[in-house]
Amino acid sequence: MIIKILGPGCANCHNLEKNTRAALADSGIEATLEQVTDYGEIAGYGVMKTPGLVVDEEVVVSGRVPKPAEIAELLAARA
Amino acid sequence: MWTWLVRDVIGWDLLGRLGGGVHFFLYDTVKIFLLLTGLMFLIGLLRASLDLDRARDFLQGRGLFAGLVLAVFLGVVTPFCSCSSIPLFIGFVAGGIPLSITLTFLVASPLVSEIAAIMIGDQFGWNVAAAYVIAGSFIALVIGWVFSRFHLERWVEEMVFATRIGRLRAGGHQPSWRERVDAAVAEARDIFTTVWKWVLAGVAMGAVIHGWLPEDFFATYAGPDNPFAVLVATLAGVPLYVNGAGVVPIAEALWAKGMSLGTVMALTMSAIALSIPQAIMLRRVLKPPLLALFFGSVIVGIVVIGYLFNAIFP
Repeated sequence: MIIKILGPGCANCHNLEKNTRAALADSGIEATLEQVTDYGEIAGYGVMKTPGLVVDEEVVVSGRVPKPAEIAELLAARA
Repeated sequence: MWTWLVRDVIGWDLLGRLGGGVHFFLYDTVKIFLLLTGLMFLIGLLRASLDLDRARDFLQGRGLFAGLVLAVFLGVVTPFCSCSSIPLFIGFVAGGIPLSITLTFLVASPLVSEIAAIMIGDQFGWNVAAAYVIAGSFIALVIGWVFSRFHLERWVEEMVFATRIGRLRAGGHQPSWRERVDAAVAEARDIFTTVWKWVLAGVAMGAVIHGWLPEDFFATYAGPDNPFAVLVATLAGVPLYVNGAGVVPIAEALWAKGMSLGTVMALTMSAIALSIPQAIMLRRVLKPPLLALFFGSVIVGIVVIGYLFNAIFP
């Protein structure tokens, strides 16, 4: 599973990354985490409100920072 | 309570410089923190309910005027930062929204800052805050309308048009009230943690000005009689890179020492809206001529507001 965090590096992007790492650690799901900071690429995913969470090229969250439990659920549904 | 603490417990004279200054500092910061947290929660709730994809769909095919009005509204409630403004700009322009409407958003966003509006309401009165929001929105609207008369597309970075935007597939998700409240709480907390030091610094500076500068210090040079005061204040605000929460208490103190309201407003608005880091950020999507045009129009807008305020609130 490839997870991408979309965001130019603002506070919320770091929070999302932190929560995603926590979700991965809690659920034991194996995944590679990538950062996407390029504005063009972010917009390419259709995300206008950062941060965005992309799982295997599908945008699952945009414009908010979900809690680790919610991320774990989203990841489990796609594992 | 603060009166009691400063006068009776510590034993300072409220009319003395130090006592008065400390009293002002304590009373002001607590009030500002309560107000900011409460109101930012409400604005956060509004933001969490805002669906940008739907806003974009709504804008497609609407008339220019409806588009401009909505762009101003979006700009007022959205904070101006690289994380929200640039992706929105690309998303709108690449999605086929007219450039003038998107630029209107880009003007309104820094010109009318929601944090500054709250602080102005607290320090200058809510009628002044309302005048600030209305005047700023109106200026953004006028600038957007003027921009729509020209073909500015050639001055937007090719990257913006080259971006192929995907439809957001998570878009079907309607945030529940629980999620919105969570987001709003997170937002209020974020604002608080970034802004508290600015408020402390700003109020402390304001307290120093209140306590030590002589009464009517500015009346001679920056009072209502000097026609250039607004212009100088606007230009002086550009290199100041301060948070809206920090500059308003200083502005209030300048106002109390005889600077006229329009001049104070011009300084506040340009300090918040115009800065070098912001120009560097916008350079990613705008070519230099449009960037200069953008900054120039915002400066003109602020100067007009300054003179307007001097005329309305003498």
